[in-house]
Amino acid sequence: MKNKIKKQFRWALLFFLTPVLLWLVLLIVLPQIDLFIMSFRSENDAGEMIWTVTNYLNFFQEPIYWLTFVRTAIYSILVTFLTFVIALPVAFYITKVVKPKFQGFLTLLLLLPFWVSEMVRVYGWMILLRESGVINHFLLKLGFMTQPIEMLYRDSTMVLGLVYTSILFMVVPLISVLDSLDDSLIEAAYDLGANMWSILFKIIIPHAAPGIVSGSIVVFMLTLGNYLTPNLMGGKNSLWFTEQIYNQFIASFNWNQGSAFGFLLLFLSSLVIWVGLKLSKQSLSKVVQ
Amino acid sequence: MEIDLSAQNVTKVFKDFTAVSNVSFEVENGRFFSILGPSGCGKTTLLRMIAGLTEPSEGRIEIRGKNMIGISPNKRPVNLIFQHLALFPMMNVGENIAFGLQRRGENREKIKKKIGAILERVDLSGFNNKKVDQLSGGQKQRVAIARCLVLDPTVLLLDEPLGALDLKLREQMKVELKKLQAKVGTTFVYITHDQSEAMVMSDYVAVMNNGKFEQIDTPQNLYNKPQTPFVAQFVGDNNAWAGKIHRTEGPSAEIVTDDGSVFKTKIDRTFEPGTEVNLFLRPEAMLIQPDPSIGELNRFEVVVKSILFDGANSRLLANPVNANTEILVALPQNRQYDYIQTNDKIEIGWDKQSGICFPKNEK
Repeated sequence: MKNKIKKQFRWALLFFLTPVLLWLVLLIVLPQIDLFIMSFRSENDAGEMIWTVTNYLNFFQEPIYWLTFVRTAIYSILVTFLTFVIALPVAFYITKVVKPKFQGFLTLLLLLPFWVSEMVRVYGWMILLRESGVINHFLLKLGFMTQPIEMLYRDSTMVLGLVYTSILFMVVPLISVLDSLDDSLIEAAYDLGANMWSILFKIIIPHAAPGIVSGSIVVFMLTLGNYLTPNLMGGKNSLWFTEQIYNQFIASFNWNQGSAFGFLLLFLSSLVIWVGLKLSKQSLSKVVQ
Repeated sequence: MEIDLSAQNVTKVFKDFTAVSNVSFEVENGRFFSILGPSGCGKTTLLRMIAGLTEPSEGRIEIRGKNMIGISPNKRPVNLIFQHLALFPMMNVGENIAFGLQRRGENREKIKKKIGAILERVDLSGFNNKKVDQLSGGQKQRVAIARCLVLDPTVLLLDEPLGALDLKLREQMKVELKKLQAKVGTTFVYITHDQSEAMVMSDYVAVMNNGKFEQIDTPQNLYNKPQTPFVAQFVGDNNAWAGKIHRTEGPSAEIVTDDGSVFKTKIDRTFEPGTEVNLFLRPEAMLIQPDPSIGELNRFEVVVKSILFDGANSRLLANPVNANTEILVALPQNRQYDYIQTNDKIEIGWDKQSGICFPKNEK
């Protein structure tokens, strides 16, 4: 009897697991293996495909590649940090300051823009910021300046767009950790002589650390792998590493080079996250809970 | 005696109700002062105003003669022990205790010495590196106390810190807290809804109800000479009879209760005959089957409804004959009354000095 149930259970498990496994293997694992193999193959002078590490060597020899790479990493870290700095007060306000009945409403307001696709939101920013855009129009009308300025296609604009795109992914985990912070801990710290800053750094941030780290991982990965926002808002001067990959695949039709770049990006994001976890003394299993 | 804490006409009004209304009191240096009241009476609000976490709507709070209104909690020489202690889970015991000292910018060596000394004082030597969640309930309690006492506050405020403990530990902590307070000599202001906590530990107890102080007195006086019907009923058990004054004679009066008994009792104010009154009588003021030779007793017969055995605190639940008022009678456990069974008819007697009488309309 028991064996029968066990057997049935196993079949049921297999039945429900199959779509997931198929999806994982066919759409993620197999293509990755294929790309990985491809990244180690290249044409030799005779035009034959051979095993080689040229694709990876190219990356280190050509400054434009690794400079873009470093730029992307540094900007992604900056965006993650800025997102955190903006999201923490927002999350704190929603969980601790506002009356409980407004909490849901405010969270909904945060979610609302994300019902619209990223593309539309980026175009929204472009309408606001471009030379003939809304902001320029009003600044001219109000007489703050005589000449419209181009606010798009700058690094700062790109960072703004990236922060805007990823803020929700930081606010949500922060709301959930701050919700679990007992108000009396803050009051106790205040009562024991702490000022606002020591409450922030000694009580709130240590308590929120798992949420901060998980939010940061998500924001960092999304930013690093973002193609749309840097491409549209950053313009041609601010190259993002994903654009390099795109160029290899689509423009140069060099899939071997493109996949090598792809794996370098994967390695970079894993490395940065590993360092981040070590520095914040958090473990991945605790953070993803 | 120096006055450590003084509140004058303190009032706190929230949007639509008054949590604390016109409360004034003074606490002398080194006293254990308790505020006793049912939940929702405003005692926590009062405590938070002393700590500075809530600002009073009106009135003045002074600590050692210095006005505290407008001074933030981190600048007040008082510390609060929270109901659930609020130990910082991200820090170990030593860091918890060091928190306040570090905020003052004291140097590392001095902090270390102070932590060692205070942990010894609360009998937790060597607990420095323990995590908060490794501690038992009683140990957490003591860490919370140490964390405040190490700052040497003028007044230590305690917000029902024993509420979460189990009964046995609570009894033990009561005695420990009292001993600790005597040892360190800091002024304690303790709030609780548990009258036994207040009575056992305090030098003075203020009974609070509906945002007002009903009476501030020693535990003995609260028990023996309650000033208001609320205090009479809230502090200790009491039997209450509604009745009318039949006639008065100097400091005593004859009362006809609504259930038909006639009692003589002392009165400490003047009553017109015919005044409706409430008569209160402690369970232990009643003697079971008093010796007929004792004169001047109010005697009446009751039927035993049930025997509520609770060790030294055992009671009889009884109805007076021909009435269904329920009364509680103390049942001393000296084996003298072992013969009493449910539904027995027994005589009860009490001395007129034990009765306490309040006009009925007084709430």
